[in-house]
Amino acid sequence: MDAPEEPLPPVIYTMENKPIVTCAGDQNLFTSIYPTLSQQLPREPMEWRRSYGRAPKMIHLESNFVQFKEELLPKEGNKALLTFPFLHIYWTECCDTEVYKATVKDDLTKWQNVLKAHSSVDWLIVVVENDAKKKNKTNILPRTSIVDKIRNDFCNKQSDRCVVLSDPLKDSSRTQESWNAFLTKLRTSLLMSFTKNLGRFEDDMRTLREKRTEPGWSFCDYFMVQEELAFVFEMLQQFEDALVQYDELDALFSQYVVNFGAGDGANWLTFFCQPVKSWDGLVLRKPIDMEKRELIQKQEATVLDLRSYLFSRQCTLLLFLQRPWEVAQRALELLHSCVQELKLLEVSVPPGALDCWVFLSCLEVLQRIEGCCDRAQIDSNIAHTVGLWSYATEKLKSLGYLCGLVSEKGPNSEDLNRIVDLLAGLGAERPETANTAQSPYKKLKEALSSVEAFEKHYLDLSHAAIEMHTSIGRTRSARLVGKDLAEFYMRKKSPQKAEIYLQGALKNYLAEGWALPITHTRKQLAECQKHLGQTENYLQTSSLLASDHHVTEEERKHFCQEILSFASRQTDSPGHKIVLPLHCFAQLRDLHFTPSNAVVHVGGVLSVDITMCSQMPVPVHVEQIAINVHFSIEKNNYRKTAEWLTKHKTSNGIINFPTETSPCPASQNNLPALELYEMFERSPSDNSLNTTGIICKNAHMLLRRQESCASLETPSGVALEGGAHVLKCNDVTLEPGANRLMFRTQAKEPGTYTLRQLCVSVGPVRFVLPHLYPLVQYDVYSQEPQLRVEPLADSLLAGIPQKVKFTVTTGHYTVKNGDSLQLSNAEAMLILCHAENRAVIYSNTREKASDVLLRVQSSDKVTSISLPAAPAYHMIEFELEVLSLPSAPVTGGESSMLGMTEPHRKHKDTQKAGHCMATTDHKVSIDCPWSIYSTVIALTFSLPFRTTHSLLSAGTRKYIQVCVQNLSELDFQLSDGNLVDPGSADLQLVPLNAKSPQHTHSKQSVFFVWELKWAREPPPSLHCQFSVGFAPASEGQLSIPLKPYTYEFQVENFFTLYNVRAEILPPSGTEHCRTGSLCSLEVSITRLSGLLEVDKDEALSESDEYFSTKLMYEVVDNSSNWAVCGKSSGVISMPVVAQATHRVHMEVMPLFAGYLPLPDVRLFKYLPHHSAHSSQLDADSWIENDSLSVDKHVDDQLDSSSIKSRGSVHSASSSEHKGLPMPRLQALPPGQVFNSSMGVQVLVIPSKDDHVLEVSVT
Amino acid sequence: MAVCVAVIAKENYPLYIRSIPTENELKFHYMVHTSLDVVDEKISAMGKALVDQRELYLGLLYPTEDYKVYGYVTNSKVKFVMVVDSSNTALRDNEIRSMFRKLHNSYTDVMCNPFYNPGDRIQSRAFDSMVTSMMIQVC
Repeated sequence: MDAPEEPLPPVIYTMENKPIVTCAGDQNLFTSIYPTLSQQLPREPMEWRRSYGRAPKMIHLESNFVQFKEELLPKEGNKALLTFPFLHIYWTECCDTEVYKATVKDDLTKWQNVLKAHSSVDWLIVVVENDAKKKNKTNILPRTSIVDKIRNDFCNKQSDRCVVLSDPLKDSSRTQESWNAFLTKLRTSLLMSFTKNLGRFEDDMRTLREKRTEPGWSFCDYFMVQEELAFVFEMLQQFEDALVQYDELDALFSQYVVNFGAGDGANWLTFFCQPVKSWDGLVLRKPIDMEKRELIQKQEATVLDLRSYLFSRQCTLLLFLQRPWEVAQRALELLHSCVQELKLLEVSVPPGALDCWVFLSCLEVLQRIEGCCDRAQIDSNIAHTVGLWSYATEKLKSLGYLCGLVSEKGPNSEDLNRIVDLLAGLGAERPETANTAQSPYKKLKEALSSVEAFEKHYLDLSHAAIEMHTSIGRTRSARLVGKDLAEFYMRKKSPQKAEIYLQGALKNYLAEGWALPITHTRKQLAECQKHLGQTENYLQTSSLLASDHHVTEEERKHFCQEILSFASRQTDSPGHKIVLPLHCFAQLRDLHFTPSNAVVHVGGVLSVDITMCSQMPVPVHVEQIAINVHFSIEKNNYRKTAEWLTKHKTSNGIINFPTETSPCPASQNNLPALELYEMFERSPSDNSLNTTGIICKNAHMLLRRQESCASLETPSGVALEGGAHVLKCNDVTLEPGANRLMFRTQAKEPGTYTLRQLCVSVGPVRFVLPHLYPLVQYDVYSQEPQLRVEPLADSLLAGIPQKVKFTVTTGHYTVKNGDSLQLSNAEAMLILCHAENRAVIYSNTREKASDVLLRVQSSDKVTSISLPAAPAYHMIEFELEVLSLPSAPVTGGESSMLGMTEPHRKHKDTQKAGHCMATTDHKVSIDCPWSIYSTVIALTFSLPFRTTHSLLSAGTRKYIQVCVQNLSELDFQLSDGNLVDPGSADLQLVPLNAKSPQHTHSKQSVFFVWELKWAREPPPSLHCQFSVGFAPASEGQLSIPLKPYTYEFQVENFFTLYNVRAEILPPSGTEHCRTGSLCSLEVSITRLSGLLEVDKDEALSESDEYFSTKLMYEVVDNSSNWAVCGKSSGVISMPVVAQATHRVHMEVMPLFAGYLPLPDVRLFKYLPHHSAHSSQLDADSWIENDSLSVDKHVDDQLDSSSIKSRGSVHSASSSEHKGLPMPRLQALPPGQVFNSSMGVQVLVIPSKDDHVLEVSVT
Repeated sequence: MAVCVAVIAKENYPLYIRSIPTENELKFHYMVHTSLDVVDEKISAMGKALVDQRELYLGLLYPTEDYKVYGYVTNSKVKFVMVVDSSNTALRDNEIRSMFRKLHNSYTDVMCNPFYNPGDRIQSRAFDSMVTSMMIQVC
């Protein structure tokens, strides 16, 4: 702008810029008032109401009071606002009308005319009243004051345009009051002027903006206009509003650039598209960069100039607004967008120039921010600035690469030229930073000057960036900067420094499972490790890369070749081994045992098939694959037996290894699966369960500190396990993908073998899998040879041939030819030798191996079974027939033994409810070839029959009945039943049985009867032997003749001595007995024989060759058919003479009608009390347990006889046993008494008068 | 439109990442991975806000010279990261938001698939074609 600007050039620090107020009139007066005025004006805020709905603001007004000159008034069309006088004040102190008329009025009129000429309406006339002056001037017209005159003359309608200020320099309340009124008026006028003039300006500006589509429109012109507004807002300290102006300009420009990119180019924009010649970065240390502003004004600015200037202004305002972090943020955006805009506008920029500009700008912004904040503030706001730091680092790096400062050799001549060009573009350092040691300009210049300086600056920046990123937790960004640094170090050939950064980055990527960065970083690391000569690490990284599917096939082959060529190279120290983890070389897929239960006997062959997936891209020849096996002897011997193991291992023998899901996040990778097992703790003494629970076998893995897992890339420090037990597989070529490996081993020691470590050897390289997971075990057991003998059926039956199975489990013993089992024969058990005995040999897995003829040789004491030759851990099975002899051969000695066993057996039978078969045990002792001890085997045979006998009488004729009861499940054929009494030859036993064989089914009985006949006096006891041939009914011809079944018994006192006959006679005169009427019972007891051996006992009394015995009779009717009236029993003396008869008469009454059996008549021997027996008896037991004692007594008496008669004795003895000593009763054996009226029945007719029949029978 | 779209699991490993084939894939991997720093920062800053009022869209994460990286986080802390070419100035915030919403819907469909194991890499063809449509869409 031209002339009017000269007195007030706009090159002023905007903070000192104040709205201009002109002062006319009395200058001396104003000068005297000015100090107070300038002090008082900004003291109180004033509300500024704004147009366009903008929020009202409280504003502290300040003004720059200048002397009024006509030149100050803007000419028509001049839009400058900064120099615009917002208010014109005329000061006068005139209190004299004369003076007023003479000079002041003219002056005022002139002033007014000038203002009117410039159509300025913002004016104010201040009349200062001074009491001192008033006193001096006496000719004051009290009616019309000067104020009134002025108001009258100039303020025709706006009387408030004239203000009175009374005694401004005094300290009185009136002065204060007038000051306040004046200041308020002044402020209001100023604000009104602002509103009006700014409003007008804004309108003009908007109009100008609307014209932007017109061809001649210039952005630079418009820029200047809007910036004017911004300046004014800034002047009014309305920084927010000022910033808005710049932001609008910014947005407008951006939009134009975008439109340009879209093909809608504005003419004016081409000015900005000039090639960039200067890249000296942002200048933020000056509030207004006048150089740039001029360039814009002259339309000579480049995009960078415009952007730089705009940002420097925004920066200044933001700093005023205390928003330094926004500066940083905007700076980053600006730098990014500038780079984009230059691209978009296709501005030609020399290579590196932009990098210089960005670098300088970043540092400038950072330094500017640092300059206005303290350290603590900066530290807590790193998040805002770190972006600039890393951007600067990045740019410096690319400059370094561009100018050859990163290479080992340093920059070449071409690079040097480039550096010179770049430095030229920076121009000279600006004066404001010339004295600053660390100015961006100096830094850049230095960095570009030499390789060393560059390195220093680059490292400084990188470390600062890493540190900042780390401090705010941006580890990933820090890693990325670190990786750049590593790259730099690699270029500088110092891999040892690069390694740590690469490792750090790789760890981070691995932890989060980012496959591509992992691969890339690994490749860099491999190179680094190669340079460093870390063979082990390099090989490990190589193996990882060779198995990485993100690497190209060629590269994979290359890395694989690296390993192989290392492996084939002869190393100096042959013992040196490189241990690498297996997982990067190959993975286990599954494992398969043969036999599938993974249990093998000592000496057996176990094979383990492993499917291993080679990760290598080419086939790899492997010298050896070894699996270390941990051997443990199981304490529990039982576990070692084949039965247990086969029972408890039900798996199909295939163990699948979990596939390692390749790049998996650390959280899943690090934690192995829980290995839980049931635990039983048994007490050592009795094997009872003490505790049980679940234990985690890999707790040490799960609970260890997580850091220890971090060493994924470093050699894992796996120790090679050496052990006695190793499964090996030599010279294998592992093709890429799945390979089947077979390991064979011969089991040696019994115990549990756990597969632990797998090691693949390629030359000196060992790929090691430290632990096979899941747990893989196999068991080796050793078994003692065993012989088992068991019946084929549920139980063995005595007397017939029975099959017994022999099972020889060879265990570790190999049965040779000539080995035999020696069976010492039991006396009553025969081993039947057939010509055709076959033995079957089974292998351990129950497969039939062979079938051989068995040779059995029998001598009288020993049976020898020649075993077929069988290898260890086989089974020989054969069957033999044995026969338990039901009874011993009939010899004198044997019979007594049998006689003793018989009652014993009977006793057992009665106890066991009569259904169980009697058993006999036969012990066989077997000498086995593998043991010096004999094996004793007990075979239990059951007797299939139970036999009972009974004596039957018919008068004096006697019969013996034998009942054979078949207790077994089999049907038998009984033949040749025979009964003999070997003792007495004159006794004849006449069989009354069928001659043909008898068939007895299971659980059925067969009866045999013989009649006893004798010629002379029969013996008192009869010794009988019953024998019957028997054979199983189902089987046809038996190979051997079977021994008959025998049964021996004795019959005593079988000869009939007395015949008892009872007869009931109806009452005389009646034909039949009637109920309720007494009948007579006639009992006649007849002695049938003379004196016999059996009669010789205590009851016998002798007098004059005349013998008599005492008998007691008793009539009992157990069925309560009869009521015995009167004495029912009595003692009689019976002469021991044949046909001696004793008759007894009794009265009985029938209680029922019908055919009634007669009441029983029982006979007892009546023994005197002085018998030897009674003295033995205890008196108390007689009283208390009389019936029992009698029982016992009877038992004693009839011990050897099978006949028992009990019960009926009770009543007799109970009536007789009172008092001591007393006679005893002894029942006559049933064979000696024959009741001839047994089974006789008497017809009883019901009595006519039924009602009489009321008999209670207890 | 987008030059790279990534879905990142809660544990920060990639569930899905795809970039336009013309550019170096690795660069985008690094970029997306690094942007997780800012995602983490924003999530932890958001953690204090009420859950129901939470904005899933995280806005611009990580501007670089050539690309803009935007972020979005689901309630289950699965992150979506989208890289957009910086020169594509026509792309507004709202469009980015709607793209994220589309991505989220498609991701939800993937999760609804009973045969998809949460945490596995996304191999759904539908999801893939949706991402393709977002990448080739020319503005």
